[in-house]
Amino acid sequence: MIFGIELPQIVFSTIYFAASLGVVLLFALFLVWWERKVSAHIQVRFGPMMTGKWHGWSQTLADALKLLQKEDIVPRDADKRVYFWAPVVVFGATMMTFVVIPWSPQFIAADLNVGILYIIAITTFTIISLLMAGWGSNNKYSLLGGMRSAAQIVSYEVPLTLSIMGVVLLAQSLSMQDIVADQDKFWNWNIIRQPLGFVVYIIAATAEVNRTPFDLPEAEQELVAGFNIEYSGMKFAMFFLAEFVNMFVVAAIATTLFLGGWWGPFANESLGWLWFVLKTLGVIFVLMWFRWTYPRLRVDHLMEFAWKWLLPLAFLNLLATGLIYNLVK
Amino acid sequence: MDEKELNIEDQERDEQNPVARDLHTEEFLVNMGPQHPSTHGVCRLLLTMDGEVIVKVEPYIGYLHRALEKICENRIYKQITPFMDRFEYVSSMLADWVYALCVERIGEIEISPRAEHLRVIFGELQRIASHLIYWGVLGMDLGAFTPFLYGLREREMIMDLFEETCGQRLTYNYIRVGGVSHDIKPGFEQKCKKFTKYMREVLEDYETLLNENPIFLSRTKDIGIAPPHLSIAYGVSGPSLRASGVKYDVRKDDPYGYYDKFEFDIPCGENYDTWDRYYARVFEMWESTKIIDQALEGLPEGDPTFKMKPSFKLPEGEAYVRIESARGEMGCYIVSKGEKKPYRLKLRGSSFNNLMIIPEISTGLKIADLVAIFASYDIIMPEVDR
Repeated sequence: MIFGIELPQIVFSTIYFAASLGVVLLFALFLVWWERKVSAHIQVRFGPMMTGKWHGWSQTLADALKLLQKEDIVPRDADKRVYFWAPVVVFGATMMTFVVIPWSPQFIAADLNVGILYIIAITTFTIISLLMAGWGSNNKYSLLGGMRSAAQIVSYEVPLTLSIMGVVLLAQSLSMQDIVADQDKFWNWNIIRQPLGFVVYIIAATAEVNRTPFDLPEAEQELVAGFNIEYSGMKFAMFFLAEFVNMFVVAAIATTLFLGGWWGPFANESLGWLWFVLKTLGVIFVLMWFRWTYPRLRVDHLMEFAWKWLLPLAFLNLLATGLIYNLVK
Repeated sequence: MDEKELNIEDQERDEQNPVARDLHTEEFLVNMGPQHPSTHGVCRLLLTMDGEVIVKVEPYIGYLHRALEKICENRIYKQITPFMDRFEYVSSMLADWVYALCVERIGEIEISPRAEHLRVIFGELQRIASHLIYWGVLGMDLGAFTPFLYGLREREMIMDLFEETCGQRLTYNYIRVGGVSHDIKPGFEQKCKKFTKYMREVLEDYETLLNENPIFLSRTKDIGIAPPHLSIAYGVSGPSLRASGVKYDVRKDDPYGYYDKFEFDIPCGENYDTWDRYYARVFEMWESTKIIDQALEGLPEGDPTFKMKPSFKLPEGEAYVRIESARGEMGCYIVSKGEKKPYRLKLRGSSFNNLMIIPEISTGLKIADLVAIFASYDIIMPEVDR
């Protein structure tokens, strides 16, 4: 007994968390390769074909090794401490969300009773790190990128949280496992019961992970590379990996909250993780599809869209859910 | 006038909201270029910014200056054509044409009808190729990467047609003084007709991809409005001028080659904004396919090439010739003193004038709008700096 928790549970939690991290890092490597392939096929290209013989499968590995060997350049006038900690914070914050991701009925590091609230709180750290990177680099483009990302996340956190509230109301719990358990039949999946909430969540989540059409913080054509313009080598790789892990996180949350988590035909107990991964990859594919089809929004249109359209829609969804829930009950 | 309106708006806002008046932020300078992904070459824009809003734009040019005109004055007439390819490398066929026309006017050289037809066909193919790049780059500068690859896919087909005829894919040296360098190969006509048919199908796809996309509309509609009087005052020409509501096209108003024999329309903008400038190009691609079809229909027989001594002497005289290039009015002025080399050669690049209007119309907008406006004017730096 340590602090009121039995020892075995801590050990199991640690093992699960470490396993999650390992799996997710592998997934991030895979996602980088997959994104290159998806974008290439949308754009009538092949993408990487050479490295590792079969469809360039080891391209990301080679890129990561190359980035490891790169010189770590720090701008002379940078705020050294802030500059150094920014990638660490973004990477750490992203990884911490995996504590409560329910891969299968058993495979979860800690089924916190405030699970979804914990995720909302933790993902906000990302924005602090982007601001740190923007400020610490002492570069005007970085600063503009950092400012944009701060404004963006503050705006989109609100509809994102509200769209999740509908699901929480239906499940009557904040715990991730309870929310999944609530969607035991296909017609109980929250995408059926909460279609509006799902749409709002996907749009707001795309903005959360800074992907097209909401990739303003790193708008290549305006800000060159935005907040990470001064980063090189492994620090850049941390930002890059964190971006893809983040994408995995929002897709995993979408799966948990709206697509029935690990529920699926044939394999509910032992192979639940497989369904979870497949659904998550499906959501990620949709996010990639967005990216390679749409142009980018302008910064003021982005704000308008969040406050004038998404927020009222999210409120409407919450109100309707509450009304119907009480009527049916 | 625009500036005044902006100031009035500012004052009104300040009166309504006293907090905004007290919260004046500091302006800062951003050096956009010469190495920047969306300045299309080595253009340097010095921006004075107030947060995201542009207060002032100053273009600094000259990073690509190669003294092209002076180099040409030290070459014999035949050697100058390849330099013209470098003068405007995105539509070098048309740059060849303006030089050839100018020399022909001074020397009073007759051109065979077949050569004239081939010049129109290749010129219009080149116009489509250039507008395809424009279409893709505009999409890319608005954050959509995919149109660029689609545009290049179709451009590749035009490049193949060019390569088959003259062996080159970018700098053709094809339209020469007195005619063209090679006759077309057998089967070219069928391939060309197939291409125009395919191009019209693809253009429909293009319009569905961007024309009604709400994000694309919000980024281009009512952005960077250039009213007709302003465009004329700055000497803007080409599709950008037609998008400003001035129906002026050198092919119609001062016809050269056989353009007066073909039927085609020219676009005319109504809102004078970025979307109009975008659509003017798409419209011109449609019309170009029609011109190519007409030129192929009545293609006369004969030899389009022209044999002359490598170092011929041009009679004394001077001439200024202008054509409608893909970007605007392209001009060539040659003074000949009856020697093997031109005494003076001056080129007019339309991008130079088109660049100069950008500071005027982008002040007070966001930095993202500046990128869109810059792309919508289709600036090519070698034409600006020469």
